[in-house]
Amino acid sequence: MSEKIKEGKISRKNLFSNSINIFLLLLPFVILLFSMFVGRYVISPIVVIKIFLSKIIYIEPTWLPTMESVIFEVRLPRAIAAMLVGAGLSVSGASFQGLFKNPLVSPQILGVSAGAGFGAAIALLLLNKLVLVQISAFVGGIIAVAFTYKISKIYKTTPLLMLVLSGMVTAALFSALTSLIKYVADPLNKLPAIVFWLMGSFNAVSRRDILFLGPFIVIGLTILILVRWRINVLSLGEEEARSMGVNTEQLKFIIISSATIITAACVCMSGIIGWVGLVIPHVGRILVGPDHKKLIPVSLVLGASYLLIVDDIARSVISTEIPIGILTAILGAPFFAYLIRKSKSGWNY
Amino acid sequence: MKSILQMKKGSFSYIDGTYIFQDIDFSLEKGEVLCLLGPNGTGKSTLIKCLTKILSLDKGTILYDGVHISDLSTEEIARKVGYVPQSHFSAFPYSVKDLIVMGRAPHLSLFSVPSHKDFDLVYESMETVGISHLADRPCTELSGGEQRLVLLARVLTQQPEILLLDEPTSHLDIGNQVRLLRLINNLAKTGLSIIMSSHFPDHAFISSQKVALMKEGKLVGLGSPDTTINEENLRNVYGIDVKIKAIKDGINRKICIPII
Repeated sequence: MSEKIKEGKISRKNLFSNSINIFLLLLPFVILLFSMFVGRYVISPIVVIKIFLSKIIYIEPTWLPTMESVIFEVRLPRAIAAMLVGAGLSVSGASFQGLFKNPLVSPQILGVSAGAGFGAAIALLLLNKLVLVQISAFVGGIIAVAFTYKISKIYKTTPLLMLVLSGMVTAALFSALTSLIKYVADPLNKLPAIVFWLMGSFNAVSRRDILFLGPFIVIGLTILILVRWRINVLSLGEEEARSMGVNTEQLKFIIISSATIITAACVCMSGIIGWVGLVIPHVGRILVGPDHKKLIPVSLVLGASYLLIVDDIARSVISTEIPIGILTAILGAPFFAYLIRKSKSGWNY
Repeated sequence: MKSILQMKKGSFSYIDGTYIFQDIDFSLEKGEVLCLLGPNGTGKSTLIKCLTKILSLDKGTILYDGVHISDLSTEEIARKVGYVPQSHFSAFPYSVKDLIVMGRAPHLSLFSVPSHKDFDLVYESMETVGISHLADRPCTELSGGEQRLVLLARVLTQQPEILLLDEPTSHLDIGNQVRLLRLINNLAKTGLSIIMSSHFPDHAFISSQKVALMKEGKLVGLGSPDTTINEENLRNVYGIDVKIKAIKDGINRKICIPII
């Protein structure tokens, strides 16, 4: 009798987790399709499907050529960029939360965004060429985290607390430098450019961005997905992890460098977008629990879907575009407040 | 015969010159239980951490099967030696089985995740320790006793030759203390070598073949419980008077009675 109840429980639990898996697997595709017809320029869903199918099989074109170019030149690259950035920030956030044993950590904790923002600002001030701005932002982000890593190094180890404190120092320093650049920038021309760049937007994303920055994000994601189970062990603390044979300095370096490359590439693509890397892993924990073996892939899917929806809102709700960094904060902050009050599931602090 | 573990002239300091422990010599044989006794702050936990290479000795050497500890990688050591810390805190409520399977880390490559075989070992060690019913419970909602047993199951899943238990019986009620000591005795019978630190000389009489008495970072006694735990040594180490009585009546064990 009790055996039967037990079996029933298990199969119901499996059914539940299976339906979550299917839901999560389909979610990004459904939202991607939705993103193709939503917007100021209306294209009906059926036409969108036909346009996509026409790339595989021959269909008599019943649509305007403009529609095709809106989809393939504008909406699709933008959607892919939003998904890459959403996935990248969420997975970096989840990995950092595991590494720092703290669910309140975001991917920006080591100063990558502050450094990238400074790199972008100085390039906008002096060079004003988009490619150079992006390269400068990427390098700025990497330099900032390398700086954090360097000052937190004691003997051969980098204690987590030192990393967090050094990250605060680095972020404060680079933010101040960015303010300095804003202060000296020409208020009619340069200053708005810097301010808008830092607010974040997918408006300027091109295919070239995806080709050059996408691989950084994809490689970083792949590495974090591969080491995902080890993050569990590391999240118990460095001493315990070492006693279970984990080379903690090596693993920390792998996680920090992957997350930094991802986040820097994300900032290059879309400016500074907050609250995604912090909030999405929490939603993931509510759905599948704290095990990083599941949490990392789930954060990837959720992050990609979430940022794509937010970008759809950013570009279609009012006639001008809302900077996405503002939207993610307006949506993310109250949602996060709701989460931390409502549920303790997934973390314990 | 070569000892499974040997420490020669082991010394450790956090700050140069102030030794936590100094000139410690001891060895451990296969299947032997060694009990580390000594007052609070005398370096027992630090000594255990040095044996797992969480910390490194300043002077002296540690040999595993005659191999120098610095010639072994963190992973190789974790396959030989399992460590159960005094306290454990997890920020995330992993299920008990997910926590225990982490013991497989030294056997898995950097990029792999545990397989069904690894989980079979998890269920096996939960069975041994007697906590199969806890498998799906969040590890953050366990009682002190359950937590100790879960960590013990994790260290068994690690399949080491030596267990290092840092005060395995602290914070446990008398029933759980005895169950844990019984478990330690059973594990030693299967060929595992065990080093445990304790605050109870009685526990050494129950489960150890060897006792190391420490005082102010130095070894003041080493040998069998019968010869090492005597009234004079206990007065020297703890600064109190203790009577030691041999109890017959089918118990056949010595016990310590502090004089108030």
